[in-house]
Amino acid sequence: MGKSFHTPLYPYARHPDQDASAPVRHPVIVIGAGPVGLACAIDLAQRGVPVVVLDDNDKVSEGSRAICFSKRTLEICDRLGLGDPLVDKGVVWNTGKVFFGDRKVYDFNLLPEEGHKRPAFINLQQYYLEQGLVARLMALSAEGAEVSIRGRNRVTSVTSHADHVALSVETPEGAYPLEADWLIACDGASSPTRTMMNLEFDGRVFEDNFLIADVTMQADFPTERWFWFDPPFNRGQSALLHKQPDGVWRIDLQLGRGIDKAEEKRPENVIPRLKAMLGPDVPFELEWVSIYTFQCRRMERFRHGRVVFAGDSAHQVSPFGARGANSGIQDADNLCWKLAMVLDGAAPETLIDSYEAERGFAADENIWHSTRSTDFITPKSETSRIFRDAVLDLSERHAFARPLVNSGRLSVVSSYAGIALTGPDEGGPVAGQPGRVCPDAPLTSGPLLDRLFSGFTLLTIDADAPDQVTDGALSAARLALSVSDDPTGALAERLLGDAPSAVYLIRPDQHIAARFAVFDDAKVRAALRQATGQEAA
Amino acid sequence: MTDLTLAPNMAAPDRSYADLIAAHEGLTKEQSDALNARLILILMNHVGDESVIRAAIDAARLE
Ligand SMILES: Cc1cc2nc3c(=O)[nH]c(=O)nc-3n(C[C@H](O)[C@H](O)[C@H](O)COP(=O)(O)OP(=O)(O)OC[C@H]3O[C@@H](n4cnc5c(N)ncnc54)[C@H](O)[C@@H]3O)c2cc1C
Repeated sequence: MGKSFHTPLYPYARHPDQDASAPVRHPVIVIGAGPVGLACAIDLAQRGVPVVVLDDNDKVSEGSRAICFSKRTLEICDRLGLGDPLVDKGVVWNTGKVFFGDRKVYDFNLLPEEGHKRPAFINLQQYYLEQGLVARLMALSAEGAEVSIRGRNRVTSVTSHADHVALSVETPEGAYPLEADWLIACDGASSPTRTMMNLEFDGRVFEDNFLIADVTMQADFPTERWFWFDPPFNRGQSALLHKQPDGVWRIDLQLGRGIDKAEEKRPENVIPRLKAMLGPDVPFELEWVSIYTFQCRRMERFRHGRVVFAGDSAHQVSPFGARGANSGIQDADNLCWKLAMVLDGAAPETLIDSYEAERGFAADENIWHSTRSTDFITPKSETSRIFRDAVLDLSERHAFARPLVNSGRLSVVSSYAGIALTGPDEGGPVAGQPGRVCPDAPLTSGPLLDRLFSGFTLLTIDADAPDQVTDGALSAARLALSVSDDPTGALAERLLGDAPSAVYLIRPDQHIAARFAVFDDAKVRAALRQATGQEAA
Repeated sequence: MTDLTLAPNMAAPDRSYADLIAAHEGLTKEQSDALNARLILILMNHVGDESVIRAAIDAARLE
């Protein structure tokens, strides 16, 4: 295949800002054209907010890195206008197998619930996601949106002021200053912005090394996720095999502690390990090799004045569970509508604090899961290993032990129930509880999520309501549904239950803000104010 | 929610205790540790209730 990550996608070009006599001020600057920075830029551009992305590179990320993208990420990408090409390219999988020693102990099926437009997961190299995001961003720009990426623009200083941020940017043609009303730092796990602002990044560092190898092979392994504990070809350690598009397979081998990374990365050391795993007769080619250790840590605060951190710069997890890139995309989803409303003057600046509350909660959840998985895969004490092995031995015979096997709890979206923006709940099915993402359902007119508006949606099921609810600068547009639009019954099952009618207020990020039995103007307006940080619960 | 039972509750305490010891006879320390771990997990699953399991762990700590 063409090594797409070697092609410059946004080569350096001199910008008039570099020749301005005074620093040019932009409403929003994003540092970093990784998945999170690009998602932020597209979301803001779609909301009419001018945005400049600065990246110290000019191409997509090297190597496949994250390969497992969750249903929620795909739904967000639908909203951002690039869901279809991702799903067309990606590999859909549902079956997983777990091996212990030299035997298979059980297999599982993700059994995705029917009636959702998107599958539970697809596997796709991170560079394809980034390519799709860059293409979408450029299409928006070609349509006239004020959005651009400046390649080989490295941010070298960040100074936060009360109402703006001042930046210095290094380019191949020298340095220039810039200013932003708001800065979103999506500059990755080793975030230079965080360092320049002297902010801490605390948590647990794990000592085990992992070898990631992407290999191309025409092998007839099925499209499944295979995970080995203590396999014969990697005694005392773990291994993972997972399929990507283009005949590429992700192999992840635990190497243990205290190894010589540079030595282990050499092809003459990698290839025998892979041969031992794949068998001597399977021809393969190395596409990308990396050795890494990982951390589970987060910043205490994601917002520092006018600087907001999102993605890996704000929080970092182990790869088990595919929570890194997926949770970062959800950060973008949460932040951008809020920032757009604040910039429009429709909501107070304190709305941005709710980003920190909601995504900080999600980060804690992700770190908790990711730490549990890591402790199961790499037990930290003899007793921990004894229990781990007992679970695996029992899982072969008894179903009860299988939920205890933890080779990564795959990313699911957090609910914001109980956090300040989430409003009243007059009852209904669990799937529709305020705080959760609105569940999808196949309506006569297409998937429900595709019909939600980019602003607030007032979703009514067999309930009377005006077409528009307004409260000062706030508004919600009505999406009138009926059980007669619901051929499979999924809408009724997920959002109506036994009630004759239901009214949902849904946020621009598709999370449910509040739900009511019938429409009540005062209650809906109060929920709208609460969901935009203007009224306490 | 049920409470953790710490009053005598085994129908045949001497026999059940003897069964436990007998199960370990002839095992190496490693095999015994593995058996104990499996047994604890099976009993935990039988109990099921999160608060009862937590109370049992606390009681086992002898604090
Ligand atoms: C080797 C490796 C393997 C991984 N494997 C997995 C996996 O299997 N599953 C998984 O879920 N996740 C994996 N991850 C994590 C996943 O890649 C990240 O969670 C994801 O990329 C985070 O996206 P981001 O946009 O926050 O940051 P990044 O993708 O790290 O993007 C940061 C961007 O900021 C730019 N930048 C940095 N400093 C500056 C500066 N001073 N000026 C301008 N630009 C700057 C960088 O060039 C980069 O483009 C892996 C990561 C690595 C490194």
